[in-house]
Amino acid sequence: MSHAPTFFGSLSDYQKGSVEIVTGDARHYVFSNIFEVATRSAPYERVVVAKNLDYVQEVMRAEGISPWFACGHDEFAVCMDGEITIEFIKLDRPPAEDHPGAVLAGDAPQGRRMGRIRLKRGHQALLPAGSAYRFEAIKLGVIMQQTMLGDLSVQKWREICLH
Amino acid sequence: MSAALAQVVATEPSNLNGYRRFTLGQFELSRDEYFVTIRWPAKGQTRSHQMPADAFLRAMMRDVAWGFFYGWVNFDHVIGTRNHYGQVDFYAGTFNGVMSEAGVDYTERFDTPIIMATFKAILRDWVNEGFDPFAAPVETGSAFGVKQGENIEAIERTRIATKRMPGLPGDSPLRDDMPVNRAFADVPQDEPEIEAEPGFRDQLHAFNLFKYLSRSDVTWNPSVTAVCKASLACPTTEEYILPVFHGNDRVEWFIQLSDEIVWDVADKNTGAPRARVTMRAGDVAAMPADIRHQGYSTKRSMLYVWENVTPDLPQRYERGELPPYPVEF
Repeated sequence: MSHAPTFFGSLSDYQKGSVEIVTGDARHYVFSNIFEVATRSAPYERVVVAKNLDYVQEVMRAEGISPWFACGHDEFAVCMDGEITIEFIKLDRPPAEDHPGAVLAGDAPQGRRMGRIRLKRGHQALLPAGSAYRFEAIKLGVIMQQTMLGDLSVQKWREICLH
Repeated sequence: MSAALAQVVATEPSNLNGYRRFTLGQFELSRDEYFVTIRWPAKGQTRSHQMPADAFLRAMMRDVAWGFFYGWVNFDHVIGTRNHYGQVDFYAGTFNGVMSEAGVDYTERFDTPIIMATFKAILRDWVNEGFDPFAAPVETGSAFGVKQGENIEAIERTRIATKRMPGLPGDSPLRDDMPVNRAFADVPQDEPEIEAEPGFRDQLHAFNLFKYLSRSDVTWNPSVTAVCKASLACPTTEEYILPVFHGNDRVEWFIQLSDEIVWDVADKNTGAPRARVTMRAGDVAAMPADIRHQGYSTKRSMLYVWENVTPDLPQRYERGELPPYPVEF
C-alpha cells in the first residue's frame, strides 16, 4: 500500500485551516497562513506572523533582490517556497549585539565577502550575527525568518489573522 | 540520580502478570495485561483511575524525555504532572473541573530527581519487548499482555540538545545516517549549496530541515534546530495522537510545515473545551498561556514548534503580569 503524498504548500497551492470556537475568541489563536501573507506582501516586507514577547517569526515574499540587511544576533531563514540565494558580508562595523532584530545595511556594506548559500524549499540557513546578507529569488518564493522584533518588523495582525 | 534511584519504591514482580507495583508518595501505580491503575487518598477513601497501558506509557515516555516539559503534562483528563523546574507535582483530578469541585483530587510535590527516577523505573519495568512508546502505532508492536522482556533502547532516547544549529562544528549532529521514514519517502533529500570564501567555511551554514525531519524515528518529540537567544525552534514529526494534553505555562507557537494536524484546545484548569484548531501546511497559530492542547495527525506531518525559554516566564504569567494571549488586535 502506498502512502499519502507529503504536502508542503506554496504560493500557488495552499489551503488555510480554521478555528472552531466553543468559548473565547478566534483572535486568541492569532491564526494566519504564511503563503497567504506572502501573497499579499511587498517583496521583502518583513511581516510578523508569530510573536513571543521580544522574539518573532517574520515572513518575506522573496521576489527579485532584497536590500542588504544586518543583525547583531543570529537569525535563521527557512525557504518555504521557491529558490533563493543569500549573499553574505562580514561587516567591518556590525550592529550592536544588543540591538534586536534586523536593520538595513546600506547599498554597499563595508566588509569582507563571506560567500553565498543557495536554498531550495525546506532548507534552513544560519544568518550569523554581525554579517550583512541579501536575498535574491531565483524563483519566486517565501522565507520564514526566526529573529527578534526590530526596526523593520511589520505588524498587521488584523489584516493577516482570522478574527 | 543514583541516590534518587535508591528511593524508588517498588514491589517484587507480580506472580500473576510479572509487573512490579510502584509507590510514589501517597500514590500507588500498578499495571496488568491491559490497564494501568493509579490510586490516591482523598476524602477519607482510596480513589482510583485507569488508563489503557499503551496510552499511559506513551504519555509517561514524553514526560520523561521532555524533562517534564513546560508547564502541565496531562496524561489524560485525570492524572498528570506540573513542572516547577526543580520540583514536580504529580496530580489526580486536580485539573479536572468536576473532580476538583468534588474534592476527590490529590496533588503531591516531589523533587525532580525522585519522580524522574520513579517514572524511568516504571518505564523500564512496564515497556515490553517490541513496544516503542515513541513510535507511531503502525510502526510498533503491542503494549499489552503479561510482562515479556523489555525495550531499554527505545525508552532511553533523550531530546537532542542543540546550542545553535545542527551540523555546526561542535553542535548536535544531522541525521544523514538515519533512514527516511516510510511516510516521508517523497521528501527531497537534496542539500543547500554553500560557497564559502576562504576563512569563512565554518561561519556559513545551512542544511535541509525537511530532510532532517523526514529522518526522525520518533513522533511528538521536538528537537531544537535553531537558537536565537531564548527563542528555540523545536520542529517535530507527528502521527496519530499527541499522547498528552499539554497545559501551557507560557505562550507556545505552532507553524504547520506539512500536511495537517487538528488540535483540541481546552481550559488549562478545568479541561472544559474551548476550540478546535485545524492547521494545514503554512498555517501559523498561537497556543495561549491559559489552555491545554492535544493534536491529531493522520498523515505523518512536520510541525515547527516555537518556544520562548526566558527563565521567569511561568511566574510572570502566573502573577498576571503578562496576558495569556500573545497579541492584541
